[in-house]
Amino acid sequence: MVERIKMPELPVERRLKSFDEVALGYSEEMARVEASRCLQCKNPPCVKACPLNVNIPAFIRHVREGNYEKAAEIIRSSNCLPVITGRVCPYERQCESACTLGKKGEPVSINALERFISDWELSRGFCIPAKIPEKTKGKKVAIVGSGPAGISAAERLALEGYEVSIFEALHMPGGVPLYGIPEFKLPKDVLLKGLKFLDELDVEILTNVVIGRTLTLNDLLSDGYDAIFLAIGANYPLSLGIPGENLCGVYFASEFLMRINLMRAYKFPHESDTPISVYGHVVVVGGGDVAIDVARCAVRLGADSVTILYRRTEKEMPARKVEVRRAREEGVHFSFLSQPIEFIGDENGRVKAIKCIKMELGPPDETGRRRPIPIPGSEFIVDADTVIVAIGQTVNPLALRGFPHIKLSKKGTIVVDPETLETTYSGIFAGGDAVTGSSTVAMAMSTGRKAAHFIIRHLSR
Amino acid sequence: MESYMLRWGEMPFKIISKKKLAEKIKMIEIEAPLVARSAMPGQFVIIRVDQRGERIPLTIVDWNPSRGTITLVFREIGLTTMKLGRRRVGEEILDVVGPLGNPSQVLNYDRVCMIGEGVRISSLYPRLKYLKKCGSHTVVIAYAKSGDEIIMEDEISRLSDEYYVVTSDGTRGFKGTAAITLHNLLKESKMKVEVVLAVGSPLMLRSIAAVTKRYQIRTIADLSPIMLDGLGMCGCCRVIVGNEVKFACIDGPEFDAHLVDYDNLISRMKMYRSEEQLSLKIHMGG
Repeated sequence: MVERIKMPELPVERRLKSFDEVALGYSEEMARVEASRCLQCKNPPCVKACPLNVNIPAFIRHVREGNYEKAAEIIRSSNCLPVITGRVCPYERQCESACTLGKKGEPVSINALERFISDWELSRGFCIPAKIPEKTKGKKVAIVGSGPAGISAAERLALEGYEVSIFEALHMPGGVPLYGIPEFKLPKDVLLKGLKFLDELDVEILTNVVIGRTLTLNDLLSDGYDAIFLAIGANYPLSLGIPGENLCGVYFASEFLMRINLMRAYKFPHESDTPISVYGHVVVVGGGDVAIDVARCAVRLGADSVTILYRRTEKEMPARKVEVRRAREEGVHFSFLSQPIEFIGDENGRVKAIKCIKMELGPPDETGRRRPIPIPGSEFIVDADTVIVAIGQTVNPLALRGFPHIKLSKKGTIVVDPETLETTYSGIFAGGDAVTGSSTVAMAMSTGRKAAHFIIRHLSR
Repeated sequence: MESYMLRWGEMPFKIISKKKLAEKIKMIEIEAPLVARSAMPGQFVIIRVDQRGERIPLTIVDWNPSRGTITLVFREIGLTTMKLGRRRVGEEILDVVGPLGNPSQVLNYDRVCMIGEGVRISSLYPRLKYLKKCGSHTVVIAYAKSGDEIIMEDEISRLSDEYYVVTSDGTRGFKGTAAITLHNLLKESKMKVEVVLAVGSPLMLRSIAAVTKRYQIRTIADLSPIMLDGLGMCGCCRVIVGNEVKFACIDGPEFDAHLVDYDNLISRMKMYRSEEQLSLKIHMGG
């Protein structure tokens, strides 16, 4: 039995000072060997475990036979952003968790093969969709937000002959993969090349248009859009609500990552005008993928030390194991069962320390993870020159301003009919993180595809 | 609307006219039709000059929906404003997004006093224009370090029912501070106003708030913390107002001046001081 081919990685010493991509991708030979491991199950469980139901065995068979174009076509029929998913999918929880080979040994490295095909596509220019659609339907759809949910809906609608406009509030398209995911996991030039197909489909992307400010949803309706898809994400940062959170040197993860990813602050001052202030002992609060991303950025920005504070233990940490391992290799420390209760500032209003409390694990909570409970009298002080709070985001309702017809849940997510993804206003649909709360790229894309399907049905009535 | 829309990658924001208002203070009129269509007094835009540029907020000083233009006034103080100041008429900048923030809270009052400091005197103009149209009584205190920084004097004095100039060096108008002038006007009961709005440095805002608190006059401060997206995504512009954390970009930029934590605002506004100087030194040689 051939062993699973490991993803080649940039050596640790080269990662410490650079934002170069860490996972290097398979060579052609590696891909062919890895593809040969696939059992080609008759009733493939991996396909069901993929939120986009990519026909995995079929594309892998084509990789094995060296027929990359065919493989790309198969992926593309279910997933228009392999350039993103091939790099950031938590495959160990999705397709690869179901792989038959994984029952006795290591699953097929499906994700690495998808990435291989996506890289191959990019290297030869771009894979043009099989049919260039004509705008035959005579109807227009507005999509609010240019992240994975919005883009995948746009692709479906354009292929069916609808006129599609994507409205993006920032100055560049891409959503979280652009401003949230660091360069060393998803290089931005790769991402932007991966969005080129939208040009081929004649989808227009209108940047610098803030729905809720520049235009309202009412404007879109009265300007002749026949349906709207809200893919506005969940991008309002959550705070700990403890004293000192407004001190200088305390960042929300969103600001920290936006400075680095969108504004390229890591190239300040020579190639970027946007500064970032990271030095000394850096402490990151949180245990998700964002906390890990932030910590690894801090390492690269020259922090003396980087420590992640998490209130539960490693076992409950939602972050992906592969990224936790890479973070450790890069020198990130972890302090488990620790919860900040106050940020302490110096005389200039900059953070200098964090008062924390030790936690212990009690009985499981509604998420099934054991609930952390503070241990009375266990307070301790951690030195910190820079703090990044990475405890999650919620929906930012700016886009809905001046349009009260769309109902939000108690958690602030957009309420939709689970069957059709239509909101409480007929003709306006919603998907992605705005509906589910923070989730994965593949999940967001699957809601985008589903919404497109029901938008088409709505418009064909 | 269609023709106003610009696709990603196009460079549409052309500078139509440009004027020097004072040493290092410039006014530009720039093409931004969608912003011009929906701007309200008190709102701002975020601009980015070039590919490597940062995003900075600037108050929309004036707009003309039929020409499709907006007017911005800025002091050339950092790298971005210097780059913007060097752009010539006919040249373009990369990004303008807005209108952002909420419209001003003073627009529904009958008797309004507005105080502006230096370059920010310009921010009073759109509010004044609107209030004048509504027939409100307006008092303006224009304050600057020196007389030559009292900008837009003709436009603003023409629209004000009462117009006072104050400079700290005494080269124009009263010599002193805006707060002292305000205090004197209130003390002598010369001025009856329902609301005071102040635009300028946090130090001035704080002293204005201290004065109006004594007279129990509702007071609004237009804050200008550092911003990044201006859309409520990053939290960079967060300010403490009445012990609550607010985002100036989506909750403001105006807040109750009596409740703002000015110390916190001041320290956060200085957060990148050394980086800003470094970047100026490297790119502008000083």
